[in-house]
Formats: sequence, C-alpha cells, structure tokens
Amino acid sequence: MSQNIVVIGGGPAGIEASRRLRDLGYTPILIEKEPVLGGHLARWDRLFPDGVEARKVLEPMLADLDGIKYFTDTEVSSINRLKDTWVVKLSNGLSAQVRAVLLTTGFDLFKAEKKEEYGYGIYERVITNADLEDWFKSGAAPQFDDVKVIGFVHCVGSRDEKAGNRQCSKVCCVTAVKQACEIKERFPEATVYCFYMDLRMFGRKYEDLYLKAQKEYGIRFVRGRVSEVSEDIDGHLFVKAEDTLFGKPLKIKMDTLVLMAGMAPAASTAELARMVNVLPGEDGFFLPHSLIDSPCTCAREGVFYAGTATGPKTIPETLSEAASAALAIDRYLKSPQK
Amino acid sequence: MIDFGYGLTPSATLKIEKVDNPLFEALHQLEPDVSKCIACGSCTASCSAGVFTEMSLRRVILSLQRGREKETLPMLQHCMLCGKCQLVCPRGINTRHLILSIGKVYKMEDKAL
Repeated sequence: MSQNIVVIGGGPAGIEASRRLRDLGYTPILIEKEPVLGGHLARWDRLFPDGVEARKVLEPMLADLDGIKYFTDTEVSSINRLKDTWVVKLSNGLSAQVRAVLLTTGFDLFKAEKKEEYGYGIYERVITNADLEDWFKSGAAPQFDDVKVIGFVHCVGSRDEKAGNRQCSKVCCVTAVKQACEIKERFPEATVYCFYMDLRMFGRKYEDLYLKAQKEYGIRFVRGRVSEVSEDIDGHLFVKAEDTLFGKPLKIKMDTLVLMAGMAPAASTAELARMVNVLPGEDGFFLPHSLIDSPCTCAREGVFYAGTATGPKTIPETLSEAASAALAIDRYLKSPQK
Repeated sequence: MIDFGYGLTPSATLKIEKVDNPLFEALHQLEPDVSKCIACGSCTASCSAGVFTEMSLRRVILSLQRGREKETLPMLQHCMLCGKCQLVCPRGINTRHLILSIGKVYKMEDKAL
C-alpha cells in the first residue's frame, strides 16, 4: 500500500500538489473546508495577462483526481506529533497518521469593509474585484446598467499598516488593469480610471497589458490613493484623491467604484500554526525555512508549504510551488529515517 | 458641489470630468502615443530648457490630460525642439512631433508669438 500524505487546503496549490504526489506513487488525502474544490480560482472569471478563462485551468485539474482521496466540507480538528509521524484528526471523524503534511491553506481576500472610508457595504455602487469577477462570470449586476464613469482603487488593504496588512498583494495591479480593459470591452463609451500608488507590472506580458490599457483602451491612470468616498442623493459616488503627479486634490463623480481587495493571511493560519507548533511570520503568513532556496519546507520536520499560505503569489507561481513541494516531500520520505 | 459664488479663492480641486475631451481626443487621434506616458520624468530631467524655465514635458502631458491646457503654454513656449527628451523617453514617444501637434490642436502657435 502506498504511503498517505495529508494535504490541507483544496485550492490550486493543494490540488496540483496532490496530483504530483499521486504521480510520484503516494496517496494524498486532500482536505477542503468549502463544499467545492478550487479555492478562489473557482470564483474567478478570467486570468491575467491573456484573459484565459479560469475554468480552463481548473477543470482539467478537477477532472484528474483519480488516486486522490479528497474530503470537502471538512476541517482539521487537531494535528499532533507522534514519534516521527503526524496524526491529523478531521471534523468528519476520520483521522490519518502520516509522515508528511502539506499546508496549502491559501489566503483570505482582504475584507474591504474594513476600509470604512471607501464605503464598501454602505454604498451600493462600491464593489470589490471579486464582486466584479462574479458579475463577469454570471453576467448579471443591475447597478452596472449605466456605467459611464468607473474607477478602480488599487492597494485596498495592501501596503496598509493601519489595516494590518503591510505587504504588497502582488497580483492586484495587473488584475485591476485586466478588469479595467474588460470593462472597456463591455462598455466602450465608459471612462475608466485607475487610482494607483505604483504599478507593479513584474510578470511576463504584464507591462504589455499596461501599455495596451493606456494606448488601446484609453484607461486613465491617476497616481494617488483614494482618500474617501461619499454618496450623493441619487446614489452616485464622489471620490476624493490627490493627483500626486499634478500635486493637486481631485474630486470626481462616479457611477461605480471597484476596490482591489488584496491578499490577507487565511484565518486558519494562526490555528494551524499552533497545531504544528510554528510561529507565523510577522505578516501573518506561514514562514518557510528559507524564502530563497527552500520555500516549501517548514521549521517543523515533515511539514511543508505551497502556494499563497506563505504569501501572495500568482497562479503559475502557486502551481510550480505545488510541484516543488511534492518533490520536497518525496525527497524527505525517501531520505533515511533518523 | 454647488458653487454659491462667495469664495475668495477659486477651488484648487481638479475636476477631471470637465476636461475638454474633444480637444484631447483630437490630439490623441493625431498622436496616439500621448497616452503612453508613464510619468517617469526622463524628459524633464534631460530638458535643456527646463534648467532655466518651468518647461516640463511630463507636466505638459499631464496638464492636458487634466484639462489644464492654459498652464501648458507658459511651459511649451520655452521649448527649443532640441529633441533630447525624445532620446531618453523609455516609451519611445516622438516628443518633438507631439509638442508640434499640441501647438496645432490647442492653437498655441499664434498665442506664443
């Protein structure tokens, strides 16, 4: 019988790592707290930089789960060290004794209502990047019937010490530019603004997308963080920011405002960290042994990480990290036991 | 905001929705590259005129985008069309041509004389 490995978190990292582990001859036990596998990816419509449909990435993965035991609607109740193994108890009453545990618990979308000055949850016309993807995916959002002026606010809950999220969420810049272009495709007459502090177009083809947004889609970029949003009597929004390149305050009436909510550590991180007896990083994400050459290994023997559990990452980065986590686990299990 | 007319000083707030879009659109038609600016400031840093005057091409482009074309004339009239800004522009904007087009679209030539 092949060796079991517990993988906690059924997003792209967990699914991909499970497939790789299965290919290496192990039997992964994949645990997901939500009713479906796929994590945030299952909710997304299209992916940057080329606009590939998220389901085209996810569906082939979900169609290839043979040899993987997976449990949805299931949480981890406890993890305990027993000699050189980990005993993982699940909320469905089952438990597993394994030599390796992989944590692929991902991230939580920053709760945009925490930034009260932007009025999410108060004003109807303020939505988040995830709401917009929901709309792109389902095709229905009544407040979008009169999109003439629409704004995107970058860095909502990112690089924001006061909101408890000091880190850059990495993917929102390019996501905002992608979504701005998609809005222009649906509403060519709309005026689209992006309020940014820096544009971090680090990946291949991202800068091309930015150039295209400027030149072909005519997206208007304003450098400055939105300071506050208010509503007029008709429900339209007044957005205030400083145009920091111009050096003057700016005020604009908008029909819709999209908040680019960033990546915050998953709520489960602290609890799982306590169970395996490690300290998360200062930013709340799991801290691997080394961020340079061993991003998948943990200070605790037999515990591994992959994906956004250790900080914001793109989908391709997450998938390749999942593959290398599988190799790291394989190497660990094949090394002579102490 | 309703302007009651009692203010002593005009509001400094930019009202970008009131930008004269037809004029900027005409410029954009003639010079699509005007929207490619990433505000890096290379042009301003290398500008021979900018050392002694307020000329800044980065600011000219931004002013036009924000509907403040009146502020651009005092800047642009110092330009000697030397083209150094074109040499340093990372986005490859044909800046000399752009400056001439701005003059044409916003009818600045007569005023500058």
